Amino acid sequence: MKRNLLVLSLLIAFPIAMVGMENLFYVSFASRVMIYAIAATSLNLVLGYGGMLSFGHAAFVGAGAYVASILVAEGVASVWIGWPTAVAASALLAWVIGAISLRTRGVYFIMITLAFAQMMFYLVNSMKAYGGDEGLTLPRRAELGLGLDLGNEVVFYYVVLFVLLAALYALHRVIHSRFGRVMIAIRENGARVEALGLPVYRYQLLCFVIAGAAGGLAGALLASHGKYVNPNVLHWLQSGTLMIMVILGGVGHLWGGAIGAAVLLVLEHVIADYPLPWLAQVAPNYQQHASLGVGIVLLVIVLFAPQGIAGLISRRKNA
Amino acid sequence: MLELRSVTKRFGGVVATDNVALEVVQGEVHALIGPNGAGKTTLIGQISGSLQTDVGTVRFLEKDVTALRQHERVRLGLARSYQITSIFKRFTVLDNLALAVQARSGSSFSFWRPVAAEAALFDEARAISREIGLAERLAVMAGNLAHGEQRALEVGLALATRPRLVLLDEPMAGMGPEESQRMIALIGRIRAGVTVLLVEHDMDAVFRLADRITVLVNGRVIARGKPAEIRADKDVRRAYLGDELAA
Repeated sequence: MKRNLLVLSLLIAFPIAMVGMENLFYVSFASRVMIYAIAATSLNLVLGYGGMLSFGHAAFVGAGAYVASILVAEGVASVWIGWPTAVAASALLAWVIGAISLRTRGVYFIMITLAFAQMMFYLVNSMKAYGGDEGLTLPRRAELGLGLDLGNEVVFYYVVLFVLLAALYALHRVIHSRFGRVMIAIRENGARVEALGLPVYRYQLLCFVIAGAAGGLAGALLASHGKYVNPNVLHWLQSGTLMIMVILGGVGHLWGGAIGAAVLLVLEHVIADYPLPWLAQVAPNYQQHASLGVGIVLLVIVLFAPQGIAGLISRRKNA
Repeated sequence: MLELRSVTKRFGGVVATDNVALEVVQGEVHALIGPNGAGKTTLIGQISGSLQTDVGTVRFLEKDVTALRQHERVRLGLARSYQITSIFKRFTVLDNLALAVQARSGSSFSFWRPVAAEAALFDEARAISREIGLAERLAVMAGNLAHGEQRALEVGLALATRPRLVLLDEPMAGMGPEESQRMIALIGRIRAGVTVLLVEHDMDAVFRLADRITVLVNGRVIARGKPAEIRADKDVRRAYLGDELAA
C-alpha cells in the first residue's frame, strides 16, 4: 500500500517536474507508456487471468484507434461520443472474434485469433477513404470539454493517468469478484469448472469482450495521442509487443501489464537515443535494432523470473 | 431417477459403450463394476454430459437430458467426481469448496463485489469440509494435500454442488486400506441425502455399500442385480470376479 502511494505520487508529480525543466517530450512519452500500459493490462486479463493465449489483441486496440480517429476526421470531435463508440466497436469485434475462436483450444486458438487480427489489418489497409496503408492524420486531438484542452500535453497526461488508474482498479475489483474467481479457476482447470455447473464458454467469452473493450479504449487514447493512426496498429507485431509486455511485467499480476509496458518502451527509447560508443564501434547500426536489446532482457526474464518483474517484486516482499 | 436406454459411444472403430441400459432409483447406492477398459468411465462421461452420446437416451428426473451440456445437467442435480483427481491445486481447500458452493448459489456474473465478503459461501464450504474430514486443512493449498485428502476433496467438490445424484468414479483409486475405510464411511454417510452411482474396483467397498450392482464388460451390461445375485452369477465370475472369489 505504501509503495502504491509512492508510485502514485511520483506519477502525479512527474509532469510538474518536467514542465519545470521545460521538457514536454517526456510528458508525452510517459502518456504513451501509460496508454500501452492500459492495452497490456487489458491483454493480461485475457492472458493472465483467463488463461486464453490471444495473439490478436492488436485488432481491438486498432479498431478502437480507427473508430475514434474516423469520428474525429468526420467532424465528431467530442471524446464523450468518440471514446464510448470506440469501446463499443471493439467490444462488438471481440464478441464476434471470441465467439468463434473460443470454440478452439491451444495452438488453434492462438492461430485463429492471429488470423482474425491480420484480416482486420488488411481490411484497414484497403480503406482508401481513410488513408489506406498511409494512415490517417488528424487535424487535432479529440475534445474533452469541461474547460480542459487535450491538446495540452500535461492535461492529456493526467487524463491518461486517470484512465490507467481506473483500469487497474477495475481489474483489481474484477479479479476478486465471483466472476474473477471463476476465470482464475477456468485457467487452472476448465473441465472441473464445467463439472461444477458453470458454463465455461460464456465466462471466457465475456472476459474476452471486456478485455477487447478496454483495448479499444487504449486504442482511442493512442490515436488521440499521436493525432495519427496507421494500419500497423493492427499488425501482428503489435499483438506480439503487447504479449511481450505482459510476459515481461508478469502474467496474471495486477501490475504486470503496466510494468511490462514501462520497461519495454523505456528500454527501446534508451537503446535508440543513448548510443553506447563501444558497441557502436562493433555494430554501427545497432540502435536501429532496439528489439535485439529487448530480446536479451526478455530472455533473462523468462529464464530467471518466469513470473515476470511483478512476480520478482512481490516475491521479495513476501520473503 | 436415472435411466439409460441403449446408450452407445464409439471412438473411431472402437465401441466403448454398447447399447447400455441402466436404471438408478432414488436413495440407492448403485455400483457399476467391470474390468479395466470395460467402458465405465466412458459411461460416466455420457451420463454427466462431458461426452456426447452417439445413440440412445439419458433420462434424469423424468427428463431427457441427452442433448443437455454438462453444466446444465449439474444444475439439475447431476454431479460427478473424477477417477484422476481434478481439483484446483493452486487454490486452498477452502477456496476449492467455496468455488463449488458459488457455482450453484446465485449468479457468478458478478464483477465488482469481492467474493471474500460473502460469508455465506465460506460458511457452507466449511460445513462441507467437516463432512469430508478436511476441516483442519482449510488453509492448505489443495496441491499440497496427501493423496487420500485430495481424493476426499475431489468427492467434496461434487457434493458441494448439492446434487440429487452423484457419480463417483473410483473414489478409492490409489488409496491405502485406512484411507479406503474412511472413504467407505464417507459414502455411507452421504447416502442418506444423495443417490450414488459408484464406479469402483475395490470389491470390499462395492459389496459393503451397494444396494444393486451392474456389471459392464466390453461396453455391454452382462449382469445386474443385488450383490448376492452378482456374487453368484456365473458369467460375472468368469468375466471378472473369478479370481478374487475363487481365492
